[in-house]
Amino acid sequence: MMDRPSLEIAGFREPDSLQPPYLFAPYGGTVRRAPLQRPIEVPATLSEVTGPAGDWERLMGSAADDLTVTGKGEPLGERIVVAGRVVDENGRAVGNTMIEIWQANAAGRYLHENDQHRAPLDPNFTGAGRAITDALGRYRFTTIKPGAYPWSNHANAWRPAHVHLSVFGPGFATRLVTQMYFPGDPLLDIDPIAGAVPKAARERLVARLDLSTTVAGFALGYRFDIVLRGRLATPMES
Amino acid sequence: MTESLSQTPSQTVGPFFALALPWAGGDTLVEQATEGERITLVGRVVDGDGAPVPDALIEIWQADAEGRYAGPADSHDGAGRDRHFRGFGRCATDGNGQFRFGTIKPGRVPGPGGVWQAPHIEVAVFARGLLKALFTRCYFPGEESNATDPVLAVVPEGRRATLIAIAEHGDDRSFRFDIVLQGRNETVFLVC
Repeated sequence: MMDRPSLEIAGFREPDSLQPPYLFAPYGGTVRRAPLQRPIEVPATLSEVTGPAGDWERLMGSAADDLTVTGKGEPLGERIVVAGRVVDENGRAVGNTMIEIWQANAAGRYLHENDQHRAPLDPNFTGAGRAITDALGRYRFTTIKPGAYPWSNHANAWRPAHVHLSVFGPGFATRLVTQMYFPGDPLLDIDPIAGAVPKAARERLVARLDLSTTVAGFALGYRFDIVLRGRLATPMES
Repeated sequence: MTESLSQTPSQTVGPFFALALPWAGGDTLVEQATEGERITLVGRVVDGDGAPVPDALIEIWQADAEGRYAGPADSHDGAGRDRHFRGFGRCATDGNGQFRFGTIKPGRVPGPGGVWQAPHIEVAVFARGLLKALFTRCYFPGEESNATDPVLAVVPEGRRATLIAIAEHGDDRSFRFDIVLQGRNETVFLVC
C-alpha cells in the first residue's frame, strides 16, 4: 500500500439544540421511523469531510434554475424568485455546491403518482430545479409560489406552502435537506413538520420578502440564506 | 462575520422527491474504465414494525479502489484519483424498501492518529418521517482491518454487526446492507 502522510482532520462544530428531534409524535411519520438510540459520536475522517463537490453536471446532468420555462407554455400561479447565499457556520461562502429544489404547483399538487390531492396538475410545471452556487455561495431560482395542500397526518391537516431544498456543501457530513416557508403563513404555527423545529429557530425556515431580489414588473423576490455545518479551526486532540 | 452561525434546521425530504432527486444512472458509480473490483451493494430499509420503507432515498459516498476520494478536500493526493469513478451514488427505495448500487470495493483511507481505516462506504438515509438525515457506514465482512478501524472502535461491540454488510450468495461480489431504522437490531447511526 502506498505510504501516505498521517492526516489529522479538523472536525465539525457540535450540532446545536436548534435542530428538530428524530421522534416528534405530532408528526406521525416519525413514530415508527425515528431511531430510538442516539447516534454515536465518531471522529470526523477524510470520509466525512470530502463529498461530491464539483463536476455536478457530469454527475447529475444540467442545472435548471428557472422552473417556469420547462413546459411549452408558462405555468399558472404567482411567479417568484427565490435567492440567497449558502455559507458555513464559520460564515464562509460555500461556492460551487449543488442545490436541488422541488415543490407543489400553484394549486398545491405535486407531479408524483402518490399525490392524491384533488387539485389540477399544471402541464407546464414539474416543480423540480437545480442550481449551482457561485463563488460567493449565491444561488437563484425562478419558480411559482406553491400552494398549501391537505395531508393525512391528522384530521383536517394542511401543509403550509413550502419549497423543499437539498444542499451538499463540501463534505458528506455537511449534507442538508430542509424546507423553506413563506412569511405570514397562518398554517406555519399549526404544522407539525415546521413545528418540530424549536420555536427559536423556526423563523430561520421562513424566507424574507426582499425588494432587491424582486424583479420589478415581473416577480416578487424571496430571500432564503442557508447555513451548513462548519469545521473547527484545528484538529481535535485524539 | 461576528455573529455566531448555526446550521439551518433540517426538515424531512417528504414523500414527493422522486421527480427531483434521483437521476438516471445515479445508482451506478462505475464506468467501463473504472479500476477495482466490481461489487453490488443491496439492502432493504425497514421501520420499527419491520415494514419496508418504500419512500426512502439512500446516498452513498466512498473512496476509489486505491482509497482516494473524488472531492477536492482530499488534497494530499486527490490528483491521482480514478477519474472514471464517481464516488457518489443515489438510489430511491422501491415498493419493497430495496435499494441497489453498482460500485467497486473501496480501498483503505487514512484515519485519525495515523491509523488506516477499514474499507467502508458512507451511507445517508432520507425519508418521510425522518426530520434529519441519518448517517451510517457500511463495512465489509471478513476484513482483518475491521478490528483496528478507528470509527468501528467507538461503536459498542454488541452493535457493530449492524455496520457490517453480509456477503450474499457466499461470494465477495455481492453484499447486503439492510437498514433498520428503529427497534430490535436497529442500525447504528453516526454523527461526527
